[in-house]
Amino acid sequence: MLEREFLGILALTWQAAVMLGLGGLLIYLGIAKQVEPVLLVPIGTGIILANIPLGGLTDAGGFLAVLRTAGIDTELFPLLIFIGVGAMIDFGSLLERPYTVFLGAAAQFGIFGTFFVAYFLGEGGLRLFDFSFKDAVSIGIIGSADGPTSIYVATILRSKYAASIVVAAYSYMALVPIIQPPIMRALTTDSERRLVMPARAPKVSRRTRVLFPIVTILVVGLIAPKATPLIGTLMFGNLLRESGVLERLSQAAQNEMANIVTILLGLTVGGMMAAADFLRAETLMIYVMGVVAFAVGTAAGVLFGKVMYVASGRKVNPLIGAAGISAFPMSARVVQKVGLEANPHNHLLMHAAGANTAGQIASVVAGGAALALVPFFA
Amino acid sequence: MAEHIVEAPAPGKILKVHAEAGKPIAAGDRICILEALKMELPIVAPAGGTVTAVHVAPGQTVEAGDPLAVIEG
Repeated sequence: MLEREFLGILALTWQAAVMLGLGGLLIYLGIAKQVEPVLLVPIGTGIILANIPLGGLTDAGGFLAVLRTAGIDTELFPLLIFIGVGAMIDFGSLLERPYTVFLGAAAQFGIFGTFFVAYFLGEGGLRLFDFSFKDAVSIGIIGSADGPTSIYVATILRSKYAASIVVAAYSYMALVPIIQPPIMRALTTDSERRLVMPARAPKVSRRTRVLFPIVTILVVGLIAPKATPLIGTLMFGNLLRESGVLERLSQAAQNEMANIVTILLGLTVGGMMAAADFLRAETLMIYVMGVVAFAVGTAAGVLFGKVMYVASGRKVNPLIGAAGISAFPMSARVVQKVGLEANPHNHLLMHAAGANTAGQIASVVAGGAALALVPFFA
Repeated sequence: MAEHIVEAPAPGKILKVHAEAGKPIAAGDRICILEALKMELPIVAPAGGTVTAVHVAPGQTVEAGDPLAVIEG
């Protein structure tokens, strides 16, 4: 019996072995294939650490358990990340092109589409999977393509799939360049994709840039109060950036703080993936629905882009709607690439960046709206 | 003779300049590479002709709409 206490290999179950393999795979993808290494390497390592038998890192008082209690269960890590994200984002491309806000909103449709599917497969209909109403909402938020918001909502709703949801949300962010283009091409015609949009945009004043985060906190907070922690931290970070007098703090938020919290968050999320919770049909289904969520969000954005194309008298290239999901700046880059393929003079990058930053705000609002609405139904 | 002013499609930094003033250029030839949002945007000639002016040098930052080069053809 004594060996069992000391020799981990004797206590290794096949499930834990699978998880060790999965952790190794994420580390491999991050380092060898450079797929979101900043996230996948810490997550992969966390998975390995959590699944080594008798390691005790996830037992009460263990390293990963302490991080989880302090940073995830309190929703602290995603909010700290958002201060860094806010300091990184230049909302200028949105402020110069205010109409892109509608594309950001349209692309959030993926959230609701996926929620209905998850709820229908779970307790709302077929009961094929163990998805409660709150699990379904949390799974839907993957469609926002917004990692911190996904963690935040899944944690507040106490979804038992929080870890899988977060890993799904982050891994699809890396797959944006693969998931989006076929949908964008299928839903648009060649002449739509070729449409060049003007490079010049009216400049926004410094006062507007400084007022924007403050006004956004007030407006969003007063309409969707549950989104206040998310929008508040995001916009506080942006205020540091735009104030012009806090360069040091802005840099610290973008670099030191974002990096430290990313390390802790990655390890902790990986540490939440213990074999018993992860190796089940529901996890696989969450991954499938994650693809659906991204695809529906992209399609909704592009279709709304087509509406704007017609309404504007062919001045808006519908491709930029795909950037309405908040994977920033990945999906803005995807739009630029697909547009350039159709026409070598077509540089949609800044227009797409406008929709992309609008999507960042819209996903936070959608997350807040979901949190506000859940108590009425659950 | 039409004059084409090639403008920067996005704010960013010029990485490379391929076009040279006084030299002929064909439609679709590269004028320069602009880096924006950590992405390299190849800027190509909208029409063939002669490059009459190049307004940018590598390392220079530009605003959206700034003239990059002028082509006469």
